[in-house]
Amino acid sequence: MRTRIIAAIALGGIIGACARYGASLLWPTPAGGFPWTTFWVNVTGCAAMGVLMVVATEILTPHPLVRPFLGTGVLGGYTTFSTYIVDAQQLLDAGRLVTALLYLVATLVTALLATQAAAALTRRVAVRR
Amino acid sequence: MSWLMVALGAGVGAPLRYLVDRAVQSRHDIGFPWGTFTVNIAACAVLGLLTGASTAVPGTLAHLIGPGLCGALSTYSTFSYETVHLARTGAKVLALTNAIVSVVAGLIAAVAGQALTA
Repeated sequence: MRTRIIAAIALGGIIGACARYGASLLWPTPAGGFPWTTFWVNVTGCAAMGVLMVVATEILTPHPLVRPFLGTGVLGGYTTFSTYIVDAQQLLDAGRLVTALLYLVATLVTALLATQAAAALTRRVAVRR
Repeated sequence: MSWLMVALGAGVGAPLRYLVDRAVQSRHDIGFPWGTFTVNIAACAVLGLLTGASTAVPGTLAHLIGPGLCGALSTYSTFSYETVHLARTGAKVLALTNAIVSVVAGLIAAVAGQALTA
């Protein structure tokens, strides 16, 4: 089982990371600009995690590989903390203090709200059914 | 080639995050998500090292380590979920601490990494 979990996470991680890389090629961030692509990747990934965790822990009892594949793998590989931080650091290096702080705070607040709102909405829809 | 490198890096980074998280969490049973904290800060340090050395590192290797390994080793979705979960279960101070300390420690790790190779 452990080997299958790790394989599921690796496969999911590849899919998620390729989606993020594809987004970065489609919508490149100009130097010194607000990193909107990483912002939206992280916010959408966090919203999806909010839905997944409620569905997988409170509503359904999914196959044991579903959460490792979708959560740890796909969404874990899709979202990124390191690019978020280094994007901000490079803005700071370039003297874009306001953009850097705005980006750090806006991502954090929006991501947390997206996770919370998506989880709450999923719970509501599930209760109604 | 870039896509292959990103995929290879992610194929290592994502399982590595799972294994490190499991190993770290098994040593700490207090509520703080040390596992995710560890992988995120480590990935910031490595990405910092890569940014500092960017002119010396060939593009294929940069794709393997950057968007591949570091991108998949670090995670925002689990970080966010764990923070929301802490707040929801009454540990509001821990939730706020996790959010702020992760960002500050991540920045320090990235700056330190970059300074080492720049």
